[in-house]
Amino acid sequence: MKAGCLLATVLAEPARAGTLAPAEWTALITAARAEQLIGTLALRVDSGTLPRAVAEVLHDARDAATEQRRAALWEAEMMRRALSHLGVPLVLLKGTAFAAGGLAAGQGRHIGDLDLLVPRAALPRVEQALLAAGWEWAKPDAYDDAYYRRWMHELPPLLHRERDRMIDVHHTILPLTARTTPDADALIAGAVALGNGLHVLAPPDMVIHAALHLFADGDLAGGLRNLWDIDRLLREFSELDPDFWLKLHARAAEHGAGPYVARAARLAARLFATPGPAAWRRTHVSDALFERRLLARDGWGRETCRLTRLAFYIRSHWIRMPPLMLARHLLVKARRRVGPAPNE
Amino acid sequence: MSFRVGPVGFRVGSDFAALIATLRALYADYPGPEIAHFTVRLPATAPWRRFLRPSVAIEGDYMLPDAAPLPLAQGLLAAEMAMNLQVALGHRRHLLLHASCVERDGRAIIMTGESGAGKSTLATLLGARGWRFMGDEFVLVDPMTGDVYAFPRAISLKNEAIGVVQHAIPGGRFGPLLRNTPKGDIRHLMPTPDAIARMDEPARPALLLFPAFGASRDVREVGSVEAFVRLTQASTNYTALGERGFDALADLVERVPARAIDYPDGQTALAMVEALWEAA
Repeated sequence: MKAGCLLATVLAEPARAGTLAPAEWTALITAARAEQLIGTLALRVDSGTLPRAVAEVLHDARDAATEQRRAALWEAEMMRRALSHLGVPLVLLKGTAFAAGGLAAGQGRHIGDLDLLVPRAALPRVEQALLAAGWEWAKPDAYDDAYYRRWMHELPPLLHRERDRMIDVHHTILPLTARTTPDADALIAGAVALGNGLHVLAPPDMVIHAALHLFADGDLAGGLRNLWDIDRLLREFSELDPDFWLKLHARAAEHGAGPYVARAARLAARLFATPGPAAWRRTHVSDALFERRLLARDGWGRETCRLTRLAFYIRSHWIRMPPLMLARHLLVKARRRVGPAPNE
Repeated sequence: MSFRVGPVGFRVGSDFAALIATLRALYADYPGPEIAHFTVRLPATAPWRRFLRPSVAIEGDYMLPDAAPLPLAQGLLAAEMAMNLQVALGHRRHLLLHASCVERDGRAIIMTGESGAGKSTLATLLGARGWRFMGDEFVLVDPMTGDVYAFPRAISLKNEAIGVVQHAIPGGRFGPLLRNTPKGDIRHLMPTPDAIARMDEPARPALLLFPAFGASRDVREVGSVEAFVRLTQASTNYTALGERGFDALADLVERVPARAIDYPDGQTALAMVEALWEAA
């Protein structure tokens, strides 16, 4: 079995871990690290009867995940202290939101940058307050800066000068150039307060964001982790609320995200046996291609399926912006690549 | 190929069969784990770079985005750097100190300092004088017991140290001389069979040394606060371990006396270390 496939299988059925040969363990650990799912794997697999080296690796991974979670929640609190006086809603997104909301998707999850959503009208004030509180531009470049501000769904990334942690300040959840334009005001209006001055997206919006992030933005590199998020979110929300699938369907339509959310549910069911209504199950021919891309990882941690990856890379640019704009963007980027060497 | 260095198992793969063969020969005495803790990849930087100006990329479970590749002639250094990187970024069972270490009668001397301070050379020379060599890159402190564990991979000798050690240990198992690497000339020396056979034996830290090569002979007492601050800088995972790292390090500097020693040459340093050891 290919390592990407093995990883998905063991995540979905942790009992399979008891049957693995040493070489499979090595491949599984390596693939899980490469997909940033090692912390998740460590929490899924029971630590009772594991080979010693595996138990040691997974123990370290659990430990690292705990530490990352602590650091991420602390960073969110630092952001809250810097911004609470503005009186605007502060909505956490992705990993930090899962951890802060106590969701199953947050268990063992790798958390990198802090992702924040605020109303677009508040963006200048948020930016000023963050700069005043010790955040700095991570990559100051005139073209990138202008590009972010005009076309992206977030400010250029800011880095805290003392804690060396990155924050991405979003005003919506997809680039403005993408084919789909979710309703950012509705996302913020529907957000759920956590009681500590911070918010997270409402359950359907959280799934929609995860689905758009994976299937409507980017080339699916490292996407297995995002699909695992989707599996956990769908399971948890549909267990808590019997009408969740109906609400998700209606809300996805409002954001114009129906096909992406349906794709997310189908692939989660394919790879992780996520339960869901039969109406959501009708397979598409292209699902097999997405599955191939998501599992393109070998037992040495290398990406495989070069052509499939190339196709998804091209797709990522195609769906991100209209053709003429894409041509101009690539021209600017290419010119910069062959531009004069920096002084030494 | 797979081999275990102290408590860490590595799996190393490369496009270059000759590089793997060299590693296999150097690490022949090390046990081969069934399941490695870390995977190291040393591929060609591009398909044609297997043959044309062959060039080795430094990859693995943990990577640095700006790690510069090395020419194949320096492949052993690439392997060393990739292994170090896995441990530095991925290993959390122990507090890691960037230091060399030797043991006698179950008690250890930990030596740490900037690159060029002579910590590898000192540990190697002590290893040839009745001490057990425990490592020249990382010392692993067990946060539960305070004991230190060995990480005796191939000793990485640089520049003048190569001649000094070749002269002192003429029968040593040396690797090929790597000229003009980003770190100068490098030659690897394998630890003695005894150091490898006993690599799983922990030791009690008994003396902390901060050696500095070049100045005239001098010994200074280092207070526990200064030792603590110096060791936070010498640890690659102190921050990542959180409170556990703080406790382990605070315990170490309170328990173990620390000295800074300046020395003009290897013989003087050895005499100073032996004298401090007798007094400790």
